[in-house]
Amino acid sequence: MPIPSPLHSRTAALCHTHEWRDWSGYLAAGTYQTSHEVEYFAVRNAAGLLDASPLYKYELRGPDAGRLVNRLLTRDVSKCKIGQMLYSPWCDEDGYVIDDGTLGRLGKDHYRLTAADPSLRWLQDVGYGLDVDLRDVSTELAALALQGPNSRAVLQEIFPNLPLNSLRYYWLLQTEFEGSPLTITRTGYTGDLGYELWLPAELAPKLWDRLMETGSRYGLHPLGLAALDMLRIEAGLILIEVDYTSSLHAHIPAQKSTPYEIGLGWAVTEGKADFIGQRALRAHKQPVKQLVGLKVSWPEMEREFSKVGLPPQVAGRSSRIPVPVYAKGRHVGQATSLVFSPILKTYIALATVDSAYAQPGTTLDVEITVEYVRSQAGAQVIKPPFYNPPQKKGVADG
Amino acid sequence: MSRSIDVIVIGGGHNGLSAAAWLAKTGRRVLLLEARPNLGGAAATEEVFPGFHFNTGAPDAGLFHPGLAGELGLHKYGLEFIKNDVAAFAPLADGRGLTLWRDAERSAMEIAAFSADDARAFLPFYQRTQRFAAVLGKMAALQPFALRANSLRVLAGWGRLALSLRGLGGRDMMEFLRVLPMSAAHYLNEHFEAEALKGLLAYPSTIGLMQGPRASGTAFMMLYQQMGQANGAYRSSLLPRGGVGRLSAALAAAAQAHGAELRTNTPVASILCEDGRAVGVRLGDGEEIRAKSVLSSADPRRTFLGLVGGPQLTPRFSRRLRSLKLRGSTASVHLALRGLPDFPAAAGDANRLKGAIVISPSLDYAEQAYDDAKHGRSAERPVLEARIPSLLDPGLAPSGQHTLSILVRYTPYKLAQGDWESEGERLGDLAVNTLAEHAPNLKSLVSNRHIITPLDYERIYGLTEGSEMHGQMGLDQLLLMRPTPGFIGYRSPIEGLYVCGAGGHPGGGLTGLPGWLAARQAAREMR
Repeated sequence: MPIPSPLHSRTAALCHTHEWRDWSGYLAAGTYQTSHEVEYFAVRNAAGLLDASPLYKYELRGPDAGRLVNRLLTRDVSKCKIGQMLYSPWCDEDGYVIDDGTLGRLGKDHYRLTAADPSLRWLQDVGYGLDVDLRDVSTELAALALQGPNSRAVLQEIFPNLPLNSLRYYWLLQTEFEGSPLTITRTGYTGDLGYELWLPAELAPKLWDRLMETGSRYGLHPLGLAALDMLRIEAGLILIEVDYTSSLHAHIPAQKSTPYEIGLGWAVTEGKADFIGQRALRAHKQPVKQLVGLKVSWPEMEREFSKVGLPPQVAGRSSRIPVPVYAKGRHVGQATSLVFSPILKTYIALATVDSAYAQPGTTLDVEITVEYVRSQAGAQVIKPPFYNPPQKKGVADG
Repeated sequence: MSRSIDVIVIGGGHNGLSAAAWLAKTGRRVLLLEARPNLGGAAATEEVFPGFHFNTGAPDAGLFHPGLAGELGLHKYGLEFIKNDVAAFAPLADGRGLTLWRDAERSAMEIAAFSADDARAFLPFYQRTQRFAAVLGKMAALQPFALRANSLRVLAGWGRLALSLRGLGGRDMMEFLRVLPMSAAHYLNEHFEAEALKGLLAYPSTIGLMQGPRASGTAFMMLYQQMGQANGAYRSSLLPRGGVGRLSAALAAAAQAHGAELRTNTPVASILCEDGRAVGVRLGDGEEIRAKSVLSSADPRRTFLGLVGGPQLTPRFSRRLRSLKLRGSTASVHLALRGLPDFPAAAGDANRLKGAIVISPSLDYAEQAYDDAKHGRSAERPVLEARIPSLLDPGLAPSGQHTLSILVRYTPYKLAQGDWESEGERLGDLAVNTLAEHAPNLKSLVSNRHIITPLDYERIYGLTEGSEMHGQMGLDQLLLMRPTPGFIGYRSPIEGLYVCGAGGHPGGGLTGLPGWLAARQAAREMR
């Protein structure tokens, strides 16, 4: 049974739908309001606030902390400056992805890592023999994600002295809130301008209140997981156990993926110091399958549905039920996350397809169900993200 | 180095020497590095006191594989085994003694004094255990097979083993498979009633593992200890003339005769790895020596976590090594004696003292000794194996004097209270006092005493946690499961690095097999 997060007193009061989901053992709001679209549009047009506390978080300190994370991650951590963040997958010794997350460098020998799955044991194994103080801070550290084009303005009003205008994408600031350390990272899972705020769990409700109160003047809404899932698909951000299977949980080898196969080849730094899976990854650099974006043809949807006298039926929410993808009738992969993007007015999907069909522009067919009958609609391969506004990475003027 | 080296062997124990000698004989340029001033490791005979030569580790070499001895021609290098009719002698609290002879019929006559039924049961028991031990011996000498991609030659060996298992006949084959995971106590209780006999026969079943005779898998060890030359249903036991160290010396001589270089006083600080491959070693003084392959006869934990280093290992392999059960449980006490102690239970027949003198008077006694040890205490009533090798080989002690070595079983490496810096002497007293209950004049004969605690075995002999078997020989760490399941065949995740010590298949004991088999594996894969 899931337990309350450090922000439960606040989220529960706002969760009018009583729609709770289990996120890593915590109660997490699916939607707060009767329609999740309000939350979705809040993030795309104003700001949303997500309780991201259920993320797994690890602190690594000590002379070998940098060596440990560099041995863990496929990206070159030696290039990560103090105050910088990076996103990276990590692999098992066979080069198959275990998990992905963000790493922040808080000091010379001080890092913080987030993970979707419990990772302490793996970190301990990777770090055996290294001089690192490794701590699981998942419960003591709360996380709030403030996302959307107005997020900077909200934050700036609460922290007028912080140089938020110059805080670049995937960098962090360390400050204080009520006398305790607060880390502000310019990161998120929505593909928009946004920040994540990390602070001791007992102070989190207070910061939530400040954000909600200030945010009320900027169109801020609490953000639930239903809207978040739509946002991250538009942003082309993959989700573990949905778009790929952790190698630790795969039942058969075919379920495992290398970073090259889930669109994270860019995050494998060749020539960096030895990391777990490095040798294996050199051998399978040519992926047999690849993660792509699909834009499903609306005219074809209309054509298929019109056969039974209906307009196209697409759920207003994202779907995590994988559906087969075909090329000229041959099965070549599956779409794993699907959503009708309200802002793009397009039916989009993240899919894994055989490499031969992964070229942008390739036309494939996605399975759809028309009145209980299986059918297909054409879809075009694109390179994610689907939605990539300039403010995501941009630095504000003045 | 003026010439390039093919193989570096780390450690000059009998397995390291076996590997070095065999590889040198096949034409490889071999360099063996030993940290101690003398070769032999736990197969050594050391002059601890002037004129007194003690087997400081293994008490005999009865398990040494005759095939390897023959292939290396060890007899040419001075290896000679002394004939001995006695397997074991158990002096008992009631003043009686039970002797087991190599000749099982003679043993049966002795056993009759304790139980007529047991005497009748002994011969068939002996014959069956011989058959079983022979199959086990064949298995131990086979090149381990891999989970995937085996050469035909390896598979043929295991095929022949399957045939010899089938050759036992239907009933025996089922019995063999039934017995292997059993406890020695259960197995012996099925056959015998006399506690003295069961206690004595159970003694070898817990050599090399921190378990009492009631633990699963101890019946296996009883058979494992009989893989060598037949010894009347007791553990195989052969003493080389000049002591156990002569075996190591003969191996060393054979290695040198084939051109191997053996360096003592040369501790290895680390194994050099480049891109996941072992390329040589760094010595304690900083010198680096490169080679095509590295064979380590150090125990797996020392080899990988110590010499290679955690950060070079894959996370899963590192975890496996950390959960390896080492658990050394043996100390030894070595006595220089002015004369031969008198064991009244031997009734004046000194011949009976030429084998193992075992204090393990019942299954319960042994189990209780283990109970103490598992709670981190030395056994209050310890199980002992004493040897007086100078009886067989007078050259080991000055004329008329003797060497007596006691192996004190159930001596835990990890003490719940105190430490081995301070507990050693007390252990020595306990061992001598316990033995003196059966040899009243023993204490008056002692001219000198040398104690080797489990901590000494670690510090001086390099056995992590004092584990003479490089990992205890429990059911989960046997044969092909060594050094860890999934890394079969002496290989490791580090290419070109092989485990060639007791941590590999088949395991501990002076068999020479891990060294020989690892050498053959390495030779096949050498570039």
